[in-house]
Amino acid sequence: MQSSNGQWVILVSFIVALLLSVVIVPRWMMYFRPEWVTLILIYWVIALPHRIGVGTAWLFGVALDILLGVPLGVNAFALSIVAAVAYALHQRMRMFAFWQQSVIVFVLVGLNEMLCHWVKSLYADLSGGLYFLLPALVSAIIWPWVMILLRHFRRVFSVQ
Amino acid sequence: MKGPSVVARTIGLCVLSLVLVFADYRTGVLTPLRSTLSAVAVPFYWLVDTPERFVNWSADTLINRRDLLADNEALRSEAIVLRAKMQRLSVLEAENSRLRELLNSSEIVSDDVLVAELIGVSPDPAIHTIVLNRGSSDGVYVGQAVLDAHGLMGQVTAISSSSSRVLLITDATHAMPVQINRNGVRAILEGVGRLDQLELRHVPATMDIQVGDILVSSGLGRRFPVGYPVATIVSVSRDPGQAFAMIKASPSAHLDRSRHVLLVFDSIVRSHDAEL
Repeated sequence: MQSSNGQWVILVSFIVALLLSVVIVPRWMMYFRPEWVTLILIYWVIALPHRIGVGTAWLFGVALDILLGVPLGVNAFALSIVAAVAYALHQRMRMFAFWQQSVIVFVLVGLNEMLCHWVKSLYADLSGGLYFLLPALVSAIIWPWVMILLRHFRRVFSVQ
Repeated sequence: MKGPSVVARTIGLCVLSLVLVFADYRTGVLTPLRSTLSAVAVPFYWLVDTPERFVNWSADTLINRRDLLADNEALRSEAIVLRAKMQRLSVLEAENSRLRELLNSSEIVSDDVLVAELIGVSPDPAIHTIVLNRGSSDGVYVGQAVLDAHGLMGQVTAISSSSSRVLLITDATHAMPVQINRNGVRAILEGVGRLDQLELRHVPATMDIQVGDILVSSGLGRRFPVGYPVATIVSVSRDPGQAFAMIKASPSAHLDRSRHVLLVFDSIVRSHDAEL
């Protein structure tokens, strides 16, 4: 068994997620943008928990920080914790129905947003509000399609 | 996962992340690393910009000859009008120089500009930053002023070799010193996180300020060069019970529409006016 089989599929999905994170959309749509990087991270941690873990999540986070122009470590911090929680839930997630999975995803993405917000509040004066819930909601709604798509690619390319 | 437990690893990485955040925000230690790594981000923004660029390219390439000639003619007329205004401008500049000399102030040297193109915007609607396709290899520096054809847009906050990130004046964390064009009265203009609105805070109710007044950069912060239009006052409300007036202004620059911007190389020699 080649342990690096299909690694590129994970990488490509991650790059596509990064691209979708910065694609230019009308201003009103920005509030509804799903957290693409968090979504694909959750999928890979659940599907390949022995392969994708908090270390990979941390690297994803650093890459996202550089792309977005925020201080290094903001998203790295949040994604590491999200990956740890997703790992703890990975066996149960596989047995849940789609809607149940979406609820968990909503919580995880909401957690990601809150953690990012907390880290940013350490150095900047931030306004409050529940706006972070909107991306979490949209992410949870599109989760089933994201999951099915990535699962399809995982099976087709035998990613292990 | 083999090795140290998940919890231990997570805690370790979290602590590392917080240390990085502190290092990046408080000290300049990570700036060279950021700068190098940001260069990798440029292809992402470039790729994401492709649809828009393609649309612009098609519009330019697939235009018919008649429209092209009409555009040409319109641009030629505009160029002649602008050149005529430039002649007047150089006369005014010379006169200004002579008057400043009379007042024993030092000379103002005019600014060089560099054209840049917007390749990305911050995906977070609460943060107003844009990414330009010019970087340190073009001479761009942190703190450099950016403007479009209509007014000041913001300042450069981070650079890599071929791109730079600009904080717009409408960002909630941005404030700049301005003065009213009409009477020279000075104030601080702050962003409130809205693209169409800025606020003048802590302005006494007795200050001479009206709707329609144009605000220009006063140069006092040593960040933005003097004399560029920034905003126009849209409302002044003086509540008798309050010590300060509530003043709202609308930015002059087309912050959500401009694709081409100018980076200003500030070579102004600050003067100490006799009036001050």
